[in-house]
Amino acid sequence: MPEITNKLLEVKGLTMDFGGLRAVDTVSLDVCTGEIVALIGPNGAGKTTFFNCVTGIYKPTRGDVLVHPPAKKSQRINGFKSNRVTTIGMARTFQNIRLFQNMTVLENVMIGRHCRTTTSILGAILRGAKTMRQEQETVNRSYDLLEKVDLFKYADEFAKNLPYGAQRRLEIARAMATDPFLLLLDEPAAGMNPQETRALDELIVRVRDTEKIAILLIEHDMKLVMNISDRIYVMEYGKEIAQGGPMDIRNNPKVIEAYLGEEADA
Amino acid sequence: MSDYMKRSFLVALWFVFLTFPLMVVKVNTLKNTVEWRWMNMLWVAIGAFVLSLLWRWALERRQLKNKEAESGEDESTRLGFGQRLLVEPKLYKPVLAVLFVATIAFPLLFDIYQTNIMVLALVFVVLGLGLNVTVGLAGLLDLGYVAFFAVGAYTYGILNSFWGIGFWTSLPIGGLMGALFGIALGFPILRLRGDYLAIVTLGFGSIAKIVIENWEEVTNGAKGIAGIPRPGFFGADMSITSATTYTYYLMILMVIFTIFITNRLKDSRIGRAWMALREDEIACVAMGVDMAKTKLGAYAFGAFWAGLVGVIFAARNTYINPNSFTFMESALVLSIVVMGGMGSIVGVIIAALVLILMPEYLRAFSEYRMLMFGAIMVLMMIFRPEGLIANVRRKYRGHKVMTEDVNA
Repeated sequence: MPEITNKLLEVKGLTMDFGGLRAVDTVSLDVCTGEIVALIGPNGAGKTTFFNCVTGIYKPTRGDVLVHPPAKKSQRINGFKSNRVTTIGMARTFQNIRLFQNMTVLENVMIGRHCRTTTSILGAILRGAKTMRQEQETVNRSYDLLEKVDLFKYADEFAKNLPYGAQRRLEIARAMATDPFLLLLDEPAAGMNPQETRALDELIVRVRDTEKIAILLIEHDMKLVMNISDRIYVMEYGKEIAQGGPMDIRNNPKVIEAYLGEEADA
Repeated sequence: MSDYMKRSFLVALWFVFLTFPLMVVKVNTLKNTVEWRWMNMLWVAIGAFVLSLLWRWALERRQLKNKEAESGEDESTRLGFGQRLLVEPKLYKPVLAVLFVATIAFPLLFDIYQTNIMVLALVFVVLGLGLNVTVGLAGLLDLGYVAFFAVGAYTYGILNSFWGIGFWTSLPIGGLMGALFGIALGFPILRLRGDYLAIVTLGFGSIAKIVIENWEEVTNGAKGIAGIPRPGFFGADMSITSATTYTYYLMILMVIFTIFITNRLKDSRIGRAWMALREDEIACVAMGVDMAKTKLGAYAFGAFWAGLVGVIFAARNTYINPNSFTFMESALVLSIVVMGGMGSIVGVIIAALVLILMPEYLRAFSEYRMLMFGAIMVLMMIFRPEGLIANVRRKYRGHKVMTEDVNA
């Protein structure tokens, strides 16, 4: 089984300490091409900290974060700044939406193109042919992405004026603009109503299937997780307590205990 | 309405009470008598009453407007008159034409004194536009901006007094020195934000002034550098009047140049990255923007203009000393940016003209200058926090929109 070549992200024994507090304790996780992997667990289990370690917002205390970008050589990215992680090809969204509020929806997506374009200050002043081509390409590409997440009609609105669900989708579009091979979504369905969640669920699968982007997501909405995930990792108190397909996880006694307390079988 | 009256009456009473010892009682120490100036009390009462009424009326109007904006259609579709002036060619073309003629004719219509003041105002326009990049676009508060201005001015002063280097050679060098110092300041404060950033930049501004004051051998200390030549024009001999007029036109070109460049940058990859940095640093970096590069770029670019215009300032005054580069100047430039509207170019120009020209023409009230200044700032923050003319975001045209337009 050609497993090694297939992996996109490989996290081995990741540990993150904040002073004396161990927020993440030797967690290992893989994401392979074309997969949707979910990371679940009760509040405070260390899921977002894990995300922050992988995307370079924190520098992990111990462990390895290895990426195997398709058609490029593998790298160990511990302690890389998050802009470098994104440039390598892993883009993320945030649990509490972090859009550029006072910029238009389109501009938000255009920022995602920043690391794939090269115009310098001088280039921006001179506006040469290459700059203009890049600029137009950025605009076109951003409109395309807005269309994909169904935000085309909002293109010239300020991001802060969008309805909540649309803001979540905009974050996804912005992350997709960086041409990632892996998308990390931190609670994309938080605060959405069931209808919006269903639309999101379709969107995530569509991103995976048509854009060929693998997805790692943190989510509390069990229905969404069970519907779309290929594999699920479960964390509790910083430790990984289970992993497997949706059916395994649903019936795993440890997971049930973590979520419902010890007397779950009653 | 009667409620308003009552409240305003109470405010008036309160002010009478507060200002009583200051405005009414006056001890004449020569004659050892106490004067009671009851008329002053009346004026204070009337003044406070009227102002309070106006205040309440303005506040209520503002609230009504806000409510309208919330319930009615989108804010963004209804632009203010100032903003419409920027977007609609029908409106801005004639205004631009009139402005153009007025700026060309100004030195012909007014005397050298007025022209000289105008040059100073234009210097501050460029300073405002430069700081507007750092503060307005990139959101990096800089309370020591005048340091870069000083760097530019002293670059010319020193180059000229030591090596006799002329204005035109010094101009780009001054700008580059400004940018260099911008980067030098930028490095240690990359990680700072908000209050901390303000304190460090404030310190930087003070350090710059102290260095200039004490580095006698190079900067001539507090005595300053005198006899700096005015801008030359192919070695032509010019009277003071024509030199001033020439400097004026030079400044006009400089302003146009600044607007042109900053405008281009604003709508570019770099400008967008600056704005994103201002909006949310963590998200911005997570979207692949290199924080260090972008921030340093913003500092250097903002400081470049201060250095450039510092050279012109030195040439205009023909004399520079450390007192031209105090914290007051930094605060003034910052006020110009805040008053004009963060990131808005036209707003900054208007604010610079108002804040520099007003004190010049209201010399009679020069004692109350800071008071008026403060009052304007407070009023601005309450009634127009987005500045005189808020920034209009550009709409980009993509291929999809084009086709839709054709169908429509």
